[in-house]
Amino acid sequence: MLDVDQRREYWRRNVRIMSVLLVIWALVSFGAGILFVDVLNAVSIFGIPLGFWFAQQGSIIVFVLLIAFYVWRMDKLDAEFGITEYEQEVHHQ
Amino acid sequence: MSPIQAWTLVFVVLTFGFYIWIAYRSRVSDTAGFYVAGGGIPAPANGAAVAADWMSAASFISMAGLIAFSQNGYAGSVFLMGWTGGYVLLALLLAPYLRKFGKYTVPDFVGDRYNETARLVSVVCALVVSFVYVAGQMAGVGVVFQRFLGVDRTWGVVIGMAIVFLYAVLGGMKGITWTQVAQYSVLIVAYIIPAVAISLQLAGNPFPQIGFGQILGELDGLQQDLGLAAYTEAFTQTSMVNMVLITAALMFGTAGLPHVIVRFYTAKSVRAARYSALWALFFISLLYTIAPAVGAFSKYNVLTQIPGSAIGDTPAWFNTWSDVGLITVTDLNGNGIIDVAGAIGEGTELAINNDIVVLAAPEIAGLPAPIVGLVAAGGLAAALSTASGLLLVISSSVANDIYWKKINPRATDAQQLRVGRIAMAAAILVAGYLGINPPGFVAEVVALAFGLAAASFFPILFLGIFWKKATAAAAATGMAVGLGVTLLYQLWTLPTFFGNEPILDIPATGIGTIGMILNLITIVVVSQFTKEPSELMQQVVEDVRYPGRSELVAAHAEGHLGEYAEEHHLDDDR
Repeated sequence: MLDVDQRREYWRRNVRIMSVLLVIWALVSFGAGILFVDVLNAVSIFGIPLGFWFAQQGSIIVFVLLIAFYVWRMDKLDAEFGITEYEQEVHHQ
Repeated sequence: MSPIQAWTLVFVVLTFGFYIWIAYRSRVSDTAGFYVAGGGIPAPANGAAVAADWMSAASFISMAGLIAFSQNGYAGSVFLMGWTGGYVLLALLLAPYLRKFGKYTVPDFVGDRYNETARLVSVVCALVVSFVYVAGQMAGVGVVFQRFLGVDRTWGVVIGMAIVFLYAVLGGMKGITWTQVAQYSVLIVAYIIPAVAISLQLAGNPFPQIGFGQILGELDGLQQDLGLAAYTEAFTQTSMVNMVLITAALMFGTAGLPHVIVRFYTAKSVRAARYSALWALFFISLLYTIAPAVGAFSKYNVLTQIPGSAIGDTPAWFNTWSDVGLITVTDLNGNGIIDVAGAIGEGTELAINNDIVVLAAPEIAGLPAPIVGLVAAGGLAAALSTASGLLLVISSSVANDIYWKKINPRATDAQQLRVGRIAMAAAILVAGYLGINPPGFVAEVVALAFGLAAASFFPILFLGIFWKKATAAAAATGMAVGLGVTLLYQLWTLPTFFGNEPILDIPATGIGTIGMILNLITIVVVSQFTKEPSELMQQVVEDVRYPGRSELVAAHAEGHLGEYAEEHHLDDDR
C-alpha cells in the first residue's frame, strides 16, 4: 500500500504524463491535420502533401505511438512505486 | 454458379463453421463469464476483439468510399482522425480507471458513482445507441449475401441472425470475444490483400500507405480537370471550424460509446486494460491507414477509366455493379457519353455508391475469384463481430442494469443468466427485423450517435474519475443539458425531421462537441451548489486512481460497501 504522500506523488506524475501526451494528441490532429494544414501542405512526404499526410496517416501513427509510450511509462511508474500486485478478480456482483 | 460465388460460399461456410466451433469451445455458465468473460482475456486478444467490435460494416465496406467519393478526399479525414483519436482519450482518461472500478456495464459505473436517476438515463442511452447501430450491421450482412451469393436479402439477414444467435447466446462475452479475435484476423487479411495488390499495380509499392503518394499528384490534376476540388486541398467542402467540430465529436463520442468501453472490463487487470487499448488501436490502425489509400486508388481508377467513355463501352466491373444498382449512369444531356463536370453523385451523370469501393476493389484490379470471395467473408466478419458486441451490451443492460438492479435484486446467478440470454435472443429478433426493413433514418442516426455519446457520456465519465466533487445532481443535469441540446439541434436541422437551416453553419454531426462543452460547464457549475458526494464515494474515486490492490475497491466490487463504511467509520450518505 502507498501512503498518502506517495499517492499524491503518483497521481501528480500520472497527470503530468497524461497532459503532455494529450497536448501532442491535439497538436497532430487538430493542429497539423486541420489548423495548419495549408502551411504544411507546402512540404511533401512520399509524394503526399504533409498537412494531408498528417490528416490521413500521420495522426493515426502518432496516436498509436502515444498510447505505446503511455503504457511503457506507466509500467515504469508503477515499478518505481513498487506496485506489482494487480488484482485479477474484482468482478463480482 | 460463377467461380466468384463458389469461392465466396467456400469462405463463408469455412469462417462461419470456425466461429461456431470457437463459441462451443468457450461456452459459459456464470454471469461473470457471460458479461465480461470472467475478466480473463489476455491483452492482445482483447485488443483484437475491441478492434473487430469497433470496425463495423461501415468501417470495412463504406469508409474508403466515404473519404474518396462522398468527400473530395481531404474532407473525409474527419473519420480517420475522429475514429482513431478517441482511443487515446480512452486509453489515458477512462479505460484503466473504469477497469479498476470493476463492474459490468457503463450504467453500473454511472449508477454507483452518481445515483439511480443517472443510471437510468445511461441505460436508455446505451440501449438506443446499440439498437440503432446493430440494425445497420444486420443490413450490411444482407447486402453482402445479396451481392456475392445471389441470396435474397431477407434470407441473408436470417442466416446472419442464426449465426450470431448460436455463438452469442451460447458463449456470452467469452464466446463473443474469442470469435471476434478470429473475425478480426479474417477481416484484416481480406482488407490488406487486395490493397497491396492494387498498390503494386498502380504504384509499384507493396505498402498502400506509401504507394498512394505516387498517384495523389495525378489524382489532384484529374479532379481539377473535371471541375472537382483537388483531392488533397483543404476546406473546399467543410470549413476549418466544422472540421474541428466534427472531428472532436467523433473522438469524444468514440470514447463515450458503451459497447467500446465495456470491452475494457474484460481485461485481466488495470495494466492489461492499458495494454488492451494499445493493441486495439494498433490493430485498428492497420485498416485505418490503408483505407484512405484504397479510396484514392479506386477514385484514380474510376476517374481514368470512366469519364468520357461511351455508355455501354465501360469495363466489366463497372457493368456488374451498375447491374445491381450501386453505380448509376444517367445520360442527362443525351450525348451517349458519361460526362463528369463539376461533381459526381446523385443528380449528375455518374453516381457511385460508397459501399462498392472496397467490395469492387479486387474486381477493378482484376484479381482472381478467391480473393473476391475472401473480401465478402471479411465484410461479413466485420458486420457480425460488431453486431455481437452490441447485442451483449443490450443483453447486459437488460439483465444486469434493469432486471437485477431494479426488478429482482435477489435473482440467482442462473436466473440472471437466463434473463440475459432471453434478452439477447429478443434483441437479435428486433435487430433482424430492423435489418430487413431498415428505417430510412438509420444511416443518419448512426453518424449522429457519436455526437450523442460525446455530449452525454464522456463528460460524466471523465469528471466522475478526475473530479471527486462532481455531484450526482450535477451529472444528471449535465447529461440532460448535453443530450438535450445535441438531440434538439440534430432534429432541428435533419432533412428527415424538421430540415431547418443550420445555426451559425454548425453541422448536425459537429453539434456533439458543443453539447459536450455545455455538459462539462453544467457539471462544474451545478456541483458548486449541490450536496457533495459522500465521504465513502470520494474515497472510492480516490482509490480507483491507483493500480494495485485496494480493500475499498474490492469491497465495492463485491457489493459490501456498506459494511466497509461502518468498519472504517466513513459517511455513506449518498
